[in-house]
Amino acid sequence: MPVSPKQARTLKHRSWVAFLVVPPVVFMSLFVVYPILSAFAYAFYEWQGLARGEFVGLANFREVLFGATMAPTVWNAFLHNVYALIALMIIQNGGGFLLAWLLYKEPFGFRFHRVAVFVPVVLSTIIVGFLWKLFLNPNFGIINQALYSVGLDSWAKPWLGDSSTALGALILANAWHFVGFPTLVYLAGMQRIPSEIIEAARLDGTSEWQLLKNIVWPLVAPSTTILFTLLFIGAFNWFEIPYVMVGLDGSPFGSTDVLGLVFYRTAFGNQSASIQNFGLGSALATLIFLFIVVFASMLTLWLRRREIQF
Amino acid sequence: MKLTRRILMGAAAGSFILSAGAATAQQTELTFWSWRQEDKAFYQDAIKKFQAKEPNISIKFETYAPENYQTILSTALAAGRGPDVIQVRAYGNLETIATPGYLVALDKNNVPELANFPEAALAAETLRSDGKVYAVPFAMQTQLVVYNKKIFKDNGLNPPKTWDELMSLAQALKAKNITPFGNGTATAWQNETIVGGLLSSMLGKQFEEDIVSGKANFTDARFVNALAKLKDVSQYFAPNFTGVDYPSSQQLFVAGRAAMFAGGSYEVANFKNQNPTLDLGVFPAPVLKAGDQALVATYYDGGYAVNAKSEKKDAALKFIRYLATPEYGTAFTNTLKNLSPIKGIKIEDPITQEVAKLTENAMSYLMLVRFRYQEPSGSVLLQSNVQKMLAGQQTPEQAAAEINKGIATYYKPFQK
Repeated sequence: MPVSPKQARTLKHRSWVAFLVVPPVVFMSLFVVYPILSAFAYAFYEWQGLARGEFVGLANFREVLFGATMAPTVWNAFLHNVYALIALMIIQNGGGFLLAWLLYKEPFGFRFHRVAVFVPVVLSTIIVGFLWKLFLNPNFGIINQALYSVGLDSWAKPWLGDSSTALGALILANAWHFVGFPTLVYLAGMQRIPSEIIEAARLDGTSEWQLLKNIVWPLVAPSTTILFTLLFIGAFNWFEIPYVMVGLDGSPFGSTDVLGLVFYRTAFGNQSASIQNFGLGSALATLIFLFIVVFASMLTLWLRRREIQF
Repeated sequence: MKLTRRILMGAAAGSFILSAGAATAQQTELTFWSWRQEDKAFYQDAIKKFQAKEPNISIKFETYAPENYQTILSTALAAGRGPDVIQVRAYGNLETIATPGYLVALDKNNVPELANFPEAALAAETLRSDGKVYAVPFAMQTQLVVYNKKIFKDNGLNPPKTWDELMSLAQALKAKNITPFGNGTATAWQNETIVGGLLSSMLGKQFEEDIVSGKANFTDARFVNALAKLKDVSQYFAPNFTGVDYPSSQQLFVAGRAAMFAGGSYEVANFKNQNPTLDLGVFPAPVLKAGDQALVATYYDGGYAVNAKSEKKDAALKFIRYLATPEYGTAFTNTLKNLSPIKGIKIEDPITQEVAKLTENAMSYLMLVRFRYQEPSGSVLLQSNVQKMLAGQQTPEQAAAEINKGIATYYKPFQK
């Protein structure tokens, strides 16, 4: 049967689409979907180092969530993740919003500041971690030196060694590192707001606070959705900054422990524990993954509802 | 994480294929993996000496970063690959590799040189479940106190014998604005080395025996009192010591700003590399009252093992037999300033001689040697609870009780 020109076009179009879609799908399946599924499968077995032992059903999950040894560590770490999420939501995203508003108003040298705010985001997290570790060094660090030089000796602390300040210090370092990202996203969001809306509000004599609260904030809701969702995922996958600054143990005595560190220690072991348990590690990784997927989706749906089309 | 593992597995596989392809017909080429990049020159020299005896065997020495080594190695072994000769760690860490059957069991038949080692060294490389040795031990480490001889001499001080002498010596140094101990506790594992370096004599060999037999547990008065003494001496650690991490504490000592450093014998070579002008000495943990036996805490670092899946086991065994000779042990000790456990070695370096002498009176580096086999590991418990105690957030009694509670979850003798 002769192929009509229309069919030929469809066929050509289809092979073109296949050509574009198949490689990434294969790549994703091989390097993302397969590892996730295999980690999920690992979680149902007992492990001797890296050798797979017996099928143990849900025992690993039970140990992670309720076991006498593992569960207290996991829940302690989970609470620190929640704490980091809330603190970063306020400092990093909130700070980003305010910085974006300042830049939006184009103050003197705003082009320079726009770049300056984003520079730390580009730096490697390892570098940022070491940099902040140096800043926070209790004896030679710039922060304590500054406090001594202005006579606030009693404020100087061994920041990373004090269980009441260590997690906060990590959060601040993280916020410094990434605040440029929400700033840029919010700035783009603000620049999308039609200028007549803001001018009209100004003519009506709104105060700066009312303008921010009632007009700008609601209108950058799409930016908020994406930033909050990304932060949520980031906060529960948090690993690099704690790993570089306080080590695998969440030193001092677990006060900076987060789920990423617990996972790494459980699955791969550390110098002081020797034990590698892929079953427990995979169970924990699976639980973290499910938690993030479920809550991130719910969060996105909920945040989407408050977005306004204009 | 998963992606990294796949890449590592691929890399391991790739290097295996390359190394196999490079071997020629008559020449056997072995691969030898290690985490000691800094010792590369030494190992290449040792390989040359071995080849003088066995010209048909060549060896490719490859290193990986220590923090990733275990992961890369176990991934390669799980894939049925990996090197022919493997530098492995000891105790619990060895078990994760030996239990699944990745290593060749060694005995007096395939490695007669095992007779060159003391029992404790072989025990470190023995799998508890089958009682077989799986590696030729390479180094013994000792926890003690390293001191700066020049600072001591300038201030007319001698190494302390008793705990009271240590306290008044530290007080005298502090009065002269010299930091007595460079130590800090921000890096978790440093807390364990400090306990080993300072408290071993007060704990005593009998305490270790009682722990092993189950006659005593960690709430024992000897342990609690020693912790209380540690809390007491911590006032002489680095300023703000709870926030001082391992590298910063080393710097204090290397720069000559601190007079003592409680830690491992491996620090000596390390300190000397950073500042060759340092004149160093070592002393064991001070005793509670004069006349008690002064002790250091010792453990074995690891060993050399043969991959059970290797196709060149005979050549690999020949090589590790060489690594078990006094000739090799002497070169190891004198070049790396790390004590080889092989009997009959000749030590040139005076500090290494001093360390070797101290190890004649030793107890085990307790948590590593006895309690790193299960979760929660004794080391992790000791580290975090001592850290918490030294930060003033729990008493020595509470720290001891927490440590005991954690170990009792799996250690039968404590469950009575």
